[in-house]
Amino acid sequence: MRVLGLYNYWVVVVLMMIGFYILIARGNLVKKLVGLSIFQTSVGILYISMGKILGGTAPILTEGRDVVYTNPIPHVLILTAIVVGVATTAVGLALVVRINEAYGTVEEDDIHRQDEAH
Amino acid sequence: MSAHLPALLVVVPLLSAPLAALVRRPRAAWAVALGAAWWSLYAAVRLLHRVLATGTISYAMGSWAAPWGIEYRIDAVNAFVILIVSSIAAVVVPYARASVEQELEHERIALFYAALILCLTGLLGISVTGDVFNVYVFLEISSLSAYALISMGQDRRALTSAYQYLIMGSVGATFIVIGIGLMYVMTGTLNMADLAERLSAVASTKTIPVAFAFLTVGFSLKLALFPLHLWLPNAYTYAPSAVSSFIASTATKVAVYMMLRFFFTVFGAVFAFDVMRLDWILMPLAILAIVSMSLVAIYQANVKRLLAYSSVAQIGYIILGISLASVAGVSAGILHLFNHALIKGSLFMAMGCVMYRVGSVKMEDMAGLGRSMPWTMAAFVVGGLSLIGVPLTVGFISKWYLVTAALARGLWPVAIVVLAGSLLAVVYVWKVVEVAYFRPPAPDVHIREAPLSLLVPTWALVLANLYFGINAKLTTGVATQAAQLLLGAGR
Repeated sequence: MRVLGLYNYWVVVVLMMIGFYILIARGNLVKKLVGLSIFQTSVGILYISMGKILGGTAPILTEGRDVVYTNPIPHVLILTAIVVGVATTAVGLALVVRINEAYGTVEEDDIHRQDEAH
Repeated sequence: MSAHLPALLVVVPLLSAPLAALVRRPRAAWAVALGAAWWSLYAAVRLLHRVLATGTISYAMGSWAAPWGIEYRIDAVNAFVILIVSSIAAVVVPYARASVEQELEHERIALFYAALILCLTGLLGISVTGDVFNVYVFLEISSLSAYALISMGQDRRALTSAYQYLIMGSVGATFIVIGIGLMYVMTGTLNMADLAERLSAVASTKTIPVAFAFLTVGFSLKLALFPLHLWLPNAYTYAPSAVSSFIASTATKVAVYMMLRFFFTVFGAVFAFDVMRLDWILMPLAILAIVSMSLVAIYQANVKRLLAYSSVAQIGYIILGISLASVAGVSAGILHLFNHALIKGSLFMAMGCVMYRVGSVKMEDMAGLGRSMPWTMAAFVVGGLSLIGVPLTVGFISKWYLVTAALARGLWPVAIVVLAGSLLAVVYVWKVVEVAYFRPPAPDVHIREAPLSLLVPTWALVLANLYFGINAKLTTGVATQAAQLLLGAGR
């Protein structure tokens, strides 16, 4: 049961490895960025899962009642990390557009071949 | 105002960056960048002075008290790093004006300065903050702007090398966030000083060593520790000249600082070196970096690429000092951090001068430059001597400290590796000198000396190489104090 109970973390591990694998194994520059995005997103799930407390509600201050709150700080942190991830993807895609203009391809092998021939 | 100096150090460049982008005109954007860089140097000198006089400065960002709010914390270690980063920026921005006008299209120049100042902001932010998540945010600010800066090189390979750096850099940064997240889940705090107190209670869990491992890989990617250095040679080679000089002498140095801060201040030297045996990983990799990368540097035909491989080898020296985990070793590492910034800054700037007049930094195009560009090549020779570690230059001081530290630990083979690395440096520096001074220039090619606006900043760094090589009291004093602070009194 313990293994199943940690299923959020299994999702994180699987997603992270999928992303990392695409990043390493794919030669297409756009696909590499997709891999990077998946890889970064898995960290988001890791952070959010850490902050969750069973039975906890949104951290809104209410009069008189004793309530268990979910920790909001990981959410805030990962919001920042999402913004960073969006910026990284944007810069990466902008670079791919420029590479496509300069080389006429976004395949790593073709780019490498053109550079060698130079 | 002086109480808010730690915040203003970062905020002024941060606000200058959009301003530089908005003014559009190249000269105006340059002036904004110059103001921001010189301001940061002024603030850095004031802060170092204050830290040395009165001890650690703690600044609560937005007046939110420390463990909850973001704390800016400056001690001898980061005051020194801030001084390195800002003084290199203060020299590179005046240098950039002529160099960038020639290498970049007119309409991109303002954006170039905006990115340069953002990169400076990020590097200063990493150095000044006492909050681990803040470190990540500033790391990404500096990295994203660095990718953009590198992609502005003239050769189309600048684009692919910026892309490669982006992929590897983002993976490194994401590893760092994972490490930070795992530390947070065990301690519930992000403040470095607070983490340092709470980590020891949970250090025996599985989570903290995993966090430590993620952080180690992340930092190693960012500081280009062999064999995670693959992004570096291309990035330094194809970036615009001013960017090569700036990034080569600051970005990896700040990454080394991050590593020092996390391993010594947050985790503590006992956990990092006695429990996790970090030295078993760092020392072999550092030695491999010194030997193999110096050998690779010898076979390069492009001088900027040669210097880039030499940088990876020099990072090996810094890491070697740190891996000794003694006050002498860590202070040798910190000392080389400063000295290598001066050395590589001046060498890359000399290559920028060559690029300006010759339009290439390939070995074959540099024949006879010793006669046609005497000041530029003299700067390269002095920088090269410093790289080798000849007495009266800064390179000698750091190698001396490193060898002494290794011998104090009884590791004489390590001392031999350091000396062998210097011999290899003689070979690759000599190759450039030979081409420039002893090979006849190509006929009917007339090359003039670089303009003063390039030569003056270059020689400012070259003279700093000599000055701190003769009068090393300030640098060694601060480095020793920083090492003592990092290691605590116990070691």
